[in-house]
Amino acid sequence: MAAATRSQVISLYKMMLKESSRFPSYNYRTYALRRVRDAFRANREVEDPKAVERLMEEGEQMLALIQRQVSIGKMYEAQRTVVDAP
Amino acid sequence: MLSPGKTISSRLLRPASWLPFRLCPERTAVSSMQKELIKKHELEKDELRPLYMDFQATTPMDPRVLDAMLPFQVNYYGNPHSRTHAYGWESETAMETARKQVADLIGADPREIIFTSGATESNNMAIKGVARFYQAKKRHVITTQTEHKCVLDSCRILEAEGFEVTYLPVQNNGLLDLQLLEASIRPETSLVSVMTVNNEIGVKQPIKEIGQICRSKGVFLHTDAAQAVGKIPISVSDWKVDLMSISGHKIYGPKGVGALYVQRRPRVRLEPLQNGGGQERGLRSGTVPTPLAVGLGAACSISQKEMEYDHQRVSMLANRLVQKIMSEIPDVVMNGDPEQRYPGCINLSFAYVEGESLLMALKDVALSSGSACTSASLEPSYVLRAIGADEDLAHSSIRFGIGRFTTEQEVDYTAEKCIHHVRRLREMSPLWEMVQEGIDLKSIKWTQH
Repeated sequence: MAAATRSQVISLYKMMLKESSRFPSYNYRTYALRRVRDAFRANREVEDPKAVERLMEEGEQMLALIQRQVSIGKMYEAQRTVVDAP
Repeated sequence: MLSPGKTISSRLLRPASWLPFRLCPERTAVSSMQKELIKKHELEKDELRPLYMDFQATTPMDPRVLDAMLPFQVNYYGNPHSRTHAYGWESETAMETARKQVADLIGADPREIIFTSGATESNNMAIKGVARFYQAKKRHVITTQTEHKCVLDSCRILEAEGFEVTYLPVQNNGLLDLQLLEASIRPETSLVSVMTVNNEIGVKQPIKEIGQICRSKGVFLHTDAAQAVGKIPISVSDWKVDLMSISGHKIYGPKGVGALYVQRRPRVRLEPLQNGGGQERGLRSGTVPTPLAVGLGAACSISQKEMEYDHQRVSMLANRLVQKIMSEIPDVVMNGDPEQRYPGCINLSFAYVEGESLLMALKDVALSSGSACTSASLEPSYVLRAIGADEDLAHSSIRFGIGRFTTEQEVDYTAEKCIHHVRRLREMSPLWEMVQEGIDLKSIKWTQH
């Protein structure tokens, strides 16, 4: 399999951010957004196609995990905290 | 009248702040109960939850941990000890993977990990277990005065059974004096128990040095690492630790699960507290709760991967909080050693302000004045007393717990509210007024009740 193209990486990045922003919990949401951004930033320089492929796979799995956890979060939503007030 | 409830409650709150010291215990007990009720009502009315700043009491579960656990709460419900069918095998595999994840985090062998119900059980098991197993020849145990309640209470039980226990004092920075420890070890000492990171003041004991002393004297070393595991790098072989307690819910894992590391070589033997089916090498009978064990394993493996990232972030946020508060208000003391510490546990004493009043005023921040286990009592923390904090400073302390999910916004909010309320409470305090006039409070003779 060919290494992931730049556009594939960017598309995964955007999907992960979009999904992370759906966490109803303020703390999980801010953490997920921050962690996704920092992880992509930290791996910016990775060139090795095998490493890129492995990271993409991990990313896909994490995206699915975020999607599941967002759904669960939505089922058991709690009141907002004071810093999350609109 | 915008919010009549608030005006009334703020009036009700006021008298307590005139009592910076517990001059009359009965009265404060009643009024603090009333205050608690008012606080609850107000929160319900506002329909907003306080932000969470009590990561030493417990941590929220990481969504990645929950995701790992759920399959075992749904489809894979087999008993991990069932050897005759696939339901058992799949649970056993998951349990063993989790055991390896826990072991990897502390540099142990999976066979040295015993699943328990939490750090309290691990501590009980280690202290009572080792002392009782070797009681024929050795009947002396050493611990420190700043240990967690469950360690101290286990030692009390041993004392009742005829063991001798030495409760070593700590220095003013919260650290154990190594020479004192060495001098306290006797030929009949079986166990030394010192916690790695203190739950109230965040002080990090020199376990590696303590391990060397204990190993050279042929004494077992147990450490309660509930607040340290997953937050600071740990290696049981480097540290020469013989037993280590681990908790799940302090590292973004589930509540109700923990582990005890029991070294195999040289072998540490202990008498089990719980007997029965012989699970966990006969040391802890009872079915291992697969979902919880899997959760603990996942939490450990995530902590291992995220340790550097988390540590950097927690340090940054902790500095931000301390700097903001200290630059705005004078007479704030940080309890515990400033260097040898875990940065996510900040214990500050606000002189001339009563801690409980400040906690009540900071109703939209979930904080604590110390350990959750003793938060119902009005006594000042025994940990703060052990580090030689003045009675008044021990009464005015608050613990800020910062963790993986804390944000800059939360830190700023907490700092702002804290500054505002400390100023407000001090303005009302006659003691603060006297200090401003240059009166030395220590020279005042308070009448005894």
